[in-house]
Amino acid sequence: MNAAHVWVIYRKELRDALRDRRTLISSIVVPTLLMPLLLFGVGRLMQRAVAEAREEVPAVAVLGGEGAPALLARLSGDARVRLVPVPADWREAIAAKRLRAVLEVPERLEERLRSGEASPAVRIFHYQGELKSENGARVTERIVVEHRERVVTERLAARGLSPEAVRPFEVRRENVAPPEKVGGNLFGGLVPYFIILLCFTGAIYPAMDITAGEKERGTMETLLCSPVARVDIVLGKFFLVLTGSLASMFFVVASMAGSALLGGALFFGSSGAAAAAALPPGTAAGGMGSLPTIDPLGLAGVFAMVLPVAVLFSAVALTVSLFAKSYKEAQSYLGPLIVVVLVPGMIAALPGTELTARTALIPLLNLSLVCKEMLSGSWPWGYIALIFGSSSLYAAGALALAVRMFNREDVLFRS
Amino acid sequence: MIAAHGLSKVFRDRRRGELRAVDNVSFTVEPGRIYGLLGANGAGKTTTLRLLATLLRPTAGTAEVAGRDINLDPAGVRARVGFLATSTALYGRLTARETLEYFGRLHGLTPDILRARIDLLAGELEMHEFLDRRCDSFSTGMKQKTSIARTLVHDPAVMIFDEPTLGLDVMAARAVVRFVRACRDRGKTVIYSTHVMSEVEKLCDVIGIIHGGRLRDEGSLADLRARHGETDLEEIFVRVVGGEPAPPPLLPPR
Repeated sequence: MNAAHVWVIYRKELRDALRDRRTLISSIVVPTLLMPLLLFGVGRLMQRAVAEAREEVPAVAVLGGEGAPALLARLSGDARVRLVPVPADWREAIAAKRLRAVLEVPERLEERLRSGEASPAVRIFHYQGELKSENGARVTERIVVEHRERVVTERLAARGLSPEAVRPFEVRRENVAPPEKVGGNLFGGLVPYFIILLCFTGAIYPAMDITAGEKERGTMETLLCSPVARVDIVLGKFFLVLTGSLASMFFVVASMAGSALLGGALFFGSSGAAAAAALPPGTAAGGMGSLPTIDPLGLAGVFAMVLPVAVLFSAVALTVSLFAKSYKEAQSYLGPLIVVVLVPGMIAALPGTELTARTALIPLLNLSLVCKEMLSGSWPWGYIALIFGSSSLYAAGALALAVRMFNREDVLFRS
Repeated sequence: MIAAHGLSKVFRDRRRGELRAVDNVSFTVEPGRIYGLLGANGAGKTTTLRLLATLLRPTAGTAEVAGRDINLDPAGVRARVGFLATSTALYGRLTARETLEYFGRLHGLTPDILRARIDLLAGELEMHEFLDRRCDSFSTGMKQKTSIARTLVHDPAVMIFDEPTLGLDVMAARAVVRFVRACRDRGKTVIYSTHVMSEVEKLCDVIGIIHGGRLRDEGSLADLRARHGETDLEEIFVRVVGGEPAPPPLLPPR
């Protein structure tokens, strides 16, 4: 190996890549702009839809209300719902969003209650999955339950008992997990998933351009005519692909962190960008009340663990795309691989997948699992060493394979 | 100097099986001479030249190129060879100067020498006007000049040309032919492959006719003419390769 040759090739490839708008846009610019937009934009849209649904006073109709005048009076006097007459086609009206929910009261409800008959059921009709209809049903149910509780209190009072007689003690849940643990569990599955995706997409575009693309454009043979050893060519190209992989991940994570800080007000509600800006990075999310936070040390750990995986991806992308005759062929090989590399991340996100000596040896799955641990503040050093070691080993193997491919005439001159 | 001894190259293909692209080829090219490798498409010209340039490894045999053995010191061979083919393109996103600097550095030239070489080549090939423009904006002629400068940046002793005029217009092709002649005049060893008879007649001191991977005949144009009793090179070529295949009948027989 000749380090000077590797450096000359790397510098040329970097210059070439920086001038290649297509690759730059698809591997850096688009994800950098799109990821925060996707994450925060979709989050904001969801939040707005939920808020809108909650702000609306739902139109609710009552079927058979004549048997329950007290309940009807309570409903009509409550500002949380708007009572409307029951249309004949009330089921269609709910589906068509003209009506949010329908409350069906059994015949002679209040009379039956007074006579102590077996408890009849009150039914609420709604459209499952439709946010505003669900909200209408939720509000209606709450009012009906409040009414029921009042009935209970009245019955107890009639028998000379206090409400505590049926509720001798309260049950309350308290969270003991620190915010970063909650964040680790919430984001732990998500962060490595994104990082793996970015690392891979960041690697494949430059890899395709400098191998299959070069073959297609006829510059590969020009390069092979130079007195440089093939291993130096592979390494020079490999470092460029690795740069692309790491840069794409870095830019996107930075842009997401930046938008989380600046756009905190948009995403996290009214606590405001000023509050977010006033806090040091990393604590911003935690500073906003009950929102989970990500431990910056955990994030640093994630980046360290991702390094061998970025090497692995770069070498694999280089090997696979070198095999292809053209850019298009390389795309058809590497496109499906994007889905393949995401599968271990999905498995890791499933509840019950734990870090064990066996899972620590499965590439990508081990990264996703250990990231979850590190982001929630626990550092299983034995596993961390095992995962870093095994990932490095896989990466070295993939790089050796890339070098071997570069020495194969039938691959380089495939036609 | 180039001295090929029993060069053979066998490709193994899953679909087509074994393909003997070059079969026991031996020849010698002296410095200051142009050796023309004449053959039809698929005759084995490109494979022979790729073997000499060490892009491919021979299955059998060897060759000495500029004093280095292609099997024992391939990098040493490449350091002393300039290889120009239709398949050796330029990096579109680099300027002509950057291209020359890149290949100069890969050949281990120091910055001072490299600068002087680029100046010299740009002057000789009249490249100053477009030296700092990106190659993807070049005309065919500009591309050809840049490619030629790229093959010469390290001042190689041996020049290998694989159908360098393929796809060029008349003017660009003439410029290439002029340049090949200039290489010979400077004492370089030149091997030139083509299927264009007129180029061979104009340029080559020695002609080797290759067919089916084998060198069928070899000699100066005068030698070949005398040996075959023909003046027209095309006729000689057809005779050497064993005649042309019978043309298909124009009308179906009655």
